[in-house]
Amino acid sequence: MRSAVLVFPGSNCDRDLAVALERATGRRPEMVWHRDTALPAGLDLIAVPGGFSYGDYLRSGAMAARSPIMQAVVEEAGKGRPVLGICNGFQVLTEAGLLPGALMRNANLTFVCKDADLTVANNRTLFTSAYAEGEAIRIPVAHHDGNYQADAETLARIEGEGQVVFRYACTVNGSANDIAGLVNDRGNVLGMMPHPERAAEPAHGNEDGRRLFDSLVGAFAAA
Amino acid sequence: MKARVLVTLKPGVLDPQGKAIHHALEGLGFGGVNDVRAGKLIELDLDEGTDDATIEEMCRKLLANTVIENFRIERLG
Repeated sequence: MRSAVLVFPGSNCDRDLAVALERATGRRPEMVWHRDTALPAGLDLIAVPGGFSYGDYLRSGAMAARSPIMQAVVEEAGKGRPVLGICNGFQVLTEAGLLPGALMRNANLTFVCKDADLTVANNRTLFTSAYAEGEAIRIPVAHHDGNYQADAETLARIEGEGQVVFRYACTVNGSANDIAGLVNDRGNVLGMMPHPERAAEPAHGNEDGRRLFDSLVGAFAAA
Repeated sequence: MKARVLVTLKPGVLDPQGKAIHHALEGLGFGGVNDVRAGKLIELDLDEGTDDATIEEMCRKLLANTVIENFRIERLG
């Protein structure tokens, strides 16, 4: 499975994500700079890492979403190419219009950095097939702008279509319906605030995030 | 020419920062504040003759996230 990790000025989880992907896929991901205008050919997955791209100027993810490489990502996503956005990557994907809704300042205004208990709300995606439906997992979160909001109509639609993939077991940041991660209507784009790459090997003391990468590997092995 | 863009959260969108400012004002003893909403002010220095449609496009494409924010454009002479 061939993957790429985007790198923006201010990304800081790009290398952790690359390590997790390399361990799961056996192939080192290509690191793609924000100013590039084209993605490497033959990719199976585009990963948008966490961090503080462009210093969170204007809005978290706003500048990155308009960077040259994101035009290529939007195009690939439109063709059904899998795209994974974690934390700031999730913010970038909503700002780019690849996922509905927006991520606002945490409701209690504090930066939240802790292990978050999650429920797998949908395991019928190519990102979550290695989890059980309704499974309780624990994955670290570290963010200031993770408060997911969308209008009532959008919320009803994504809930109805099973697009909510991860939910916080208890309130973490004020997100509507405790949404921690969701996919687009086609199911090829996942955005999530928790960091699976920080819970992906024994040294992390928690491997609950590892199965997200294993799910992707499984999806491509089966294809 | 200069223009100002005022970006505000849409009505009904929870504004945690506005709430915190409200509490702080109350803590300072200012009564009679019913609500506080925080937004952004962006000043643009533009070529003469830049039309409204172009400024509006700037707002829609970047300056405001229209999922959660409204914007208002003010031309300053």
